[in-house]
Amino acid sequence: MDQRLIFDIAHLLAGGLVLISFLLLYQDRMFGLLNMFALHAFVLSLSVAWQAFAQHAPHLYITAAIALGLKAIAIPILLHRVVIRLDIHREIETVGGIGLTMLLGIGLVALSMVVMLRVTEGADRLAREDLALALSVVLLGFLMMVTRRNAVGQVVGFMSLENGLILAAAGAKGMPLVVEMSVAFSVLVAILVIGIFLFRIRERFDTVDMHALDRFRGERA
Amino acid sequence: MALIFDIATQGVQMVLVLSLAPLLTGFVRKVKARLLRRKGPPLLQPYRDLLRLVRKDVVLAENASWLFRAAPYLIFAATWVAASLVPTFAAGLTFSWAADLIAITALLGSARFFLALAGMDVGTSFGGIGSSREAMFATLAEPAMIMMVFTVALLVGSTQLSTFSSFMASPDVGLRVSLAMALVALVIVAIAENGRIPVDNPATHLELTMVHEAMVLEYSGRHLAVIELAAQLKLLLYASLIACLFVPWGLARAEAGARELAIGGLAYFLKLTVLGLLLGIFETAIAKMRVFRVAEFLGIALMLGLLGTLLLFVSRSL
Repeated sequence: MDQRLIFDIAHLLAGGLVLISFLLLYQDRMFGLLNMFALHAFVLSLSVAWQAFAQHAPHLYITAAIALGLKAIAIPILLHRVVIRLDIHREIETVGGIGLTMLLGIGLVALSMVVMLRVTEGADRLAREDLALALSVVLLGFLMMVTRRNAVGQVVGFMSLENGLILAAAGAKGMPLVVEMSVAFSVLVAILVIGIFLFRIRERFDTVDMHALDRFRGERA
Repeated sequence: MALIFDIATQGVQMVLVLSLAPLLTGFVRKVKARLLRRKGPPLLQPYRDLLRLVRKDVVLAENASWLFRAAPYLIFAATWVAASLVPTFAAGLTFSWAADLIAITALLGSARFFLALAGMDVGTSFGGIGSSREAMFATLAEPAMIMMVFTVALLVGSTQLSTFSSFMASPDVGLRVSLAMALVALVIVAIAENGRIPVDNPATHLELTMVHEAMVLEYSGRHLAVIELAAQLKLLLYASLIACLFVPWGLARAEAGARELAIGGLAYFLKLTVLGLLLGIFETAIAKMRVFRVAEFLGIALMLGLLGTLLLFVSRSL
């Protein structure tokens, strides 16, 4: 297959992932957020599968399948249920100005490109592009965790951050399968723990707004 | 001889955009009416409206200044020049080498500037509201447009529309996510600039939400006719811009023969039909948004433009 086309499709998928990270930041409805996260994971699995094809690395297909099954299907359904049981599915949260968050996000993308393109000088073109975009997704996930007040929003931010890590891992050649499996399962454990925590927080404070925790610790709200 | 031919082609283009502009507006209205299962006005109705307006007397407000009378012609002239710079059926027309995409943006910006001034000139409250809203939208739409221009210019290495459309038609272009983002940004800007439905409703006269219609509320007679024609030209201009930047197939090359020009004309007509249909369907399917949401809507365009430009740095040029 044409080398340029292979690169273009990888770029398209990774760029799409960055775009969906922005949509996650933009989304202020709970179910919209979860659906968008499922899309994020779906595009990730496509991207990883394409990397498997481009690098002739069959074990990456397993990573893609895990991403698809676990993060695009299982975790969104789980979070859906949690949201319904916590009865917060009609909540709309606005954190700061959406415009400011977007500009910060653009700044982070620019930062990650400047950093990654300098650091990976001389590496393979496909890997460079992949790492730069993966770092953007990670930083956008961080930004989302910082700006969201709702615990579920923060969980989604954390998960999208982890998607960025998987994208980076898929771009780097020679990542052993064992590592990826353990990462995937640790994420699954994390979501269970977080799910339990959500209920505990809610029991204790009657809300999943993180400002309640700040007040509880004696900080100014 | 070649020069005469070139100038003739350019003349055809200028007349073509002017004569097709009301037709496009009429077509979009017809599509919208048919989608609502109404019959809708005939396709030629915008021409009749313009004729009727030209025949009527102008009613001027007592305190209207010379600016109020001059503005329609200035707006029309700027828009017409901008529209004749966009390659419609043939690339490499004589005028298109005189100005690039940034110049077109500037021409449209000055047209808007005069429109906003004319809205405030008489001193009615409606005009003032319209002008201030128009200015608010423009502060977001124009940077988004410029970012979109930068995205395509970085890719092609030129801001010339003819160069760009020939690049887009060549296989070099490949599959680029930045171009998709630029396309969406341009569509959003086009919707906002033409006051189409999610941003402004071109069919109302009685609501506090109107923007463009509020500014031209005081105009009548031939002034109104000229302003309406300028607005229709602007719609055609954006449609041609989208067609020439992102679907340049069928566009006649520079130094093309008569046959190629005819194919180009036919392709242009088809593209306009498809874009008009899409606009009609989109407008029927969507509800008008609140004025204060428009900033967010245009913010998306700006963000897409910025992101598209950034993503270019990690694309094939690595």
